[in-house]
Amino acid sequence: MKNLIIFLSAILMANTTVSQTIEVCNSCPISTIKKAIIQAKDFDTIVIKKGTYKEHNILIDKPLVLIGDSYPVIDGELKGEVITITSDNVTVDGLFVINVGTSYTEDYAAIRVRKSKNFVIQNVVLEKLFFGIYIEKSSYGKVYHNKIIGDAVEEYNSGNGIQLWYSNHIEIEHNYVEHVRDGIYLEFSDDCIIKNNVSAENLRYGLHFMFSNNDLYQDNIFENNGAGVAVMFSKKIKMLNNTFRENWGTASYGMLLKEINDAEIIGNTFEENTIGINIEGSNRITYKHNNFKNNGWAIKVRGACYTNHFLENNFLYNSFDIAYNSKVNDNVFDRNYWSNYTGYDLDKNGIGDVPYRPVKLFSYIVNRTPETIILLRSMFIDIIDFSEKISPVFTPDNLLDNNPLIKKISW
Amino acid sequence: MVIIQNLHKKFGKNKVLKGVDLSIKGGGIFAILGPNGSGKTTLIKSVLGMVIPNKGDISVLGENINKNSDYRHKIDYLPQIANFPSNLKVKELIRMIKDLRKNTNEDERLIELFKIQPFLDKKLGTLSGGTKQKVNILLTFMFDSPLIILDEPTTGLDPISLIRLKELIQEEKAKGKTILITSHIMSFVEEVSDEIVFILEGKIYFRGSISELKTKTSQPDFEHAIASILTENHA
Amino acid sequence: MLKILKYSFFDLMRSRWSYVYFAFYLLLGIILLFLNNDLSKAVITLMNVIIVLVPLIGTIFGVMYYYNSKEFTELLLAQPLKRSSIFLGQYLGVALSLSMSLILGLGIPFVLYGLFKSDAIWDFSLLLITGTFLTLIFTALAFNIALSNENKIKGFGYAILLWLFLAIIYDGIFLMTLIMFDDYPLDKLSLVGTMLNPIDLSRTLILLKLDISALLGYTGAVFKQFFGTSFGLIVSFIMLTVWVILPVLRIVFKSKKKDF
Repeated sequence: MKNLIIFLSAILMANTTVSQTIEVCNSCPISTIKKAIIQAKDFDTIVIKKGTYKEHNILIDKPLVLIGDSYPVIDGELKGEVITITSDNVTVDGLFVINVGTSYTEDYAAIRVRKSKNFVIQNVVLEKLFFGIYIEKSSYGKVYHNKIIGDAVEEYNSGNGIQLWYSNHIEIEHNYVEHVRDGIYLEFSDDCIIKNNVSAENLRYGLHFMFSNNDLYQDNIFENNGAGVAVMFSKKIKMLNNTFRENWGTASYGMLLKEINDAEIIGNTFEENTIGINIEGSNRITYKHNNFKNNGWAIKVRGACYTNHFLENNFLYNSFDIAYNSKVNDNVFDRNYWSNYTGYDLDKNGIGDVPYRPVKLFSYIVNRTPETIILLRSMFIDIIDFSEKISPVFTPDNLLDNNPLIKKISW
Repeated sequence: MVIIQNLHKKFGKNKVLKGVDLSIKGGGIFAILGPNGSGKTTLIKSVLGMVIPNKGDISVLGENINKNSDYRHKIDYLPQIANFPSNLKVKELIRMIKDLRKNTNEDERLIELFKIQPFLDKKLGTLSGGTKQKVNILLTFMFDSPLIILDEPTTGLDPISLIRLKELIQEEKAKGKTILITSHIMSFVEEVSDEIVFILEGKIYFRGSISELKTKTSQPDFEHAIASILTENHA
Repeated sequence: MLKILKYSFFDLMRSRWSYVYFAFYLLLGIILLFLNNDLSKAVITLMNVIIVLVPLIGTIFGVMYYYNSKEFTELLLAQPLKRSSIFLGQYLGVALSLSMSLILGLGIPFVLYGLFKSDAIWDFSLLLITGTFLTLIFTALAFNIALSNENKIKGFGYAILLWLFLAIIYDGIFLMTLIMFDDYPLDKLSLVGTMLNPIDLSRTLILLKLDISALLGYTGAVFKQFFGTSFGLIVSFIMLTVWVILPVLRIVFKSKKKDF
């Protein structure tokens, strides 16, 4: 019995030492974050009170919880990286980090996580940054509810909002990223979940995937980015219920797919983009229940795309529904709704009795001579499109939706 | 009142007027005569500004008519063929013309004179040629202008209306107005006109009173006098 | 002139053709809206219809009115009225009654449908403004043709040809030119080509609204300035106004020189 009491009190004491809290404020005995980290033991909590802390190169090398009380400002004074995490089990919460240093040789970040596991970065606000949250060779972390507002002007001297490099099993949720180079960038990162983020007005891509497999991104909004969202050289990516809007410009698209295989693109909305989806060398992809609305080109197929399935999507008021640059087609279009469809449904089964041919001759002409776009919707163009529809010469003749729906689909 | 100097007009290659000089002083009735295609209507339309001359000057009441349309308010014109918008009622037409020119009460007297009341609510398209001409006359005499131009005023009129028309013309003359008339009905011309102007091949062939014409052609009556001019010139 | 406009207008308001035209648009609007139930699609279809049909009806109706109202014109010519006011009055009478048929014919079904609560109201207003401009332009062109041709059949022939040329043939030649010279920078040429045809010009206005996403995919700087800013809208409206003024001036000029 006695032994038991001693044992329990030992545990209690141990617990009190574990959950020790260190306060940092400008007038406290511990007035800098660096000092607090040095003094802290593993699993301590550091509470940073409201105030401005001019510090950079803060190294978190033990499992700690850093919590900001009413958003203390950590000012890196443009001298370099601000916070670097190298230990597992670190939580950073509620900080306001500004003035990250810019360099052409090193990717300074507001918060960097290096070779760590089980980290949490949440409720952080980053401004005047180079790179925002940079996660390298780490796994099982969470980036949650952060706000990253950059002021990037040129691509070459700006960094990305949230960057993952060789990092797996990371969850990125409810973040808001704007005015950086790439909003969210994944390279060699597998099994990540990107959910409910908003990435807008970034110089290059709202979201950028490279060599990353088995990732899921869902319910995100990508708006008004320089070139949209790029998904390249990746496998088995699920893209669900995202919104891609107003990506306007010569090389702009809602989404760019390049060398993507076995992906699922379901329930997304592509609205008012110059190109809804630009596809190159991508195979075995299922496009289902997507809305393509008011885009210049809903889908532009650049070639080497095989066995893709476009099923039950809504193509609404796009200038061009589908553009192909070759005569060969190995993709399936079935049971989509095309607002440009002019056929009829005599047997009232909800499916048009005449197949729909989504590739128009005019899109072929515009591809050849871009200036001819000015003749869009001209009666002459309607006439030549019509004759091409009857006997295809320049466009793939087997590219048909044999079951075009009469009514817009809802799901 | 009307002074025409060296007036030329051609339609395409067809020279219709070849140097017309004519000066008409105020007061009296002047008949403009000539065979078909001699240029009577062209001359009248030139005075009205409806035909634009190739060459020459016209002045009406001391004003040069070139680039000026105000003088037209001092002219009442009866067009040759009364073409009216067919879906308009007579009443509406009268109201419209009054609205376009100026208001007058003279129309009531003229309606009475020519017995137009029964037709006031009829559409113009349904009227006979004679009735249309009566409406035409009414529209012309409604306004009290110093110069009146009548192009074939007797077309289609019944004898009673013809008498009324003659009376009307004399009334207007008595007011000191100048009246230009073209007509094919020689008896009518003989009866009403003070002076005649004879146009032949685009020029004024003769101008003077009927008796002067008779003497010149040494023919006993007016109709023969005209006929002899025509045969002489075609021979 | 205003009085003549008034009489021409009322004359036309009595004619069954205005009602046919009005009824046609009313029917078109009702069918598109209530059978289709898709406002955006209805507006797009209407735009396609309007840029082709309004010019056709404007020219045919203009020529027809001119020849059919010869009596009225003669009556007016016999009155002390200015030539220019007679013809401008008649022209405006036709153009305004056609515009009114268009605006009311399409407007009524759209208002009934609840246009004011929808964000398509700007597209729709643009549609009506463009339609009105096209009516003004093509009625004026029709009057020009009729004034220059005493022969009714010839006049109708030229009117149809004019429409055919501007609505279809012009674009064919335009397309061929662009394709043939595609080694050269073409954006200025293509914009100039558009300005020279009122149908293309109205089409551009519609493209600015419906297809801006596609238009911005093109690289040319002039294009970008034209379509990317309000510059294009302003220039298009100015050019449309010029397209109204020029034929109207010719009506005035031609009518002063004409013999009746």
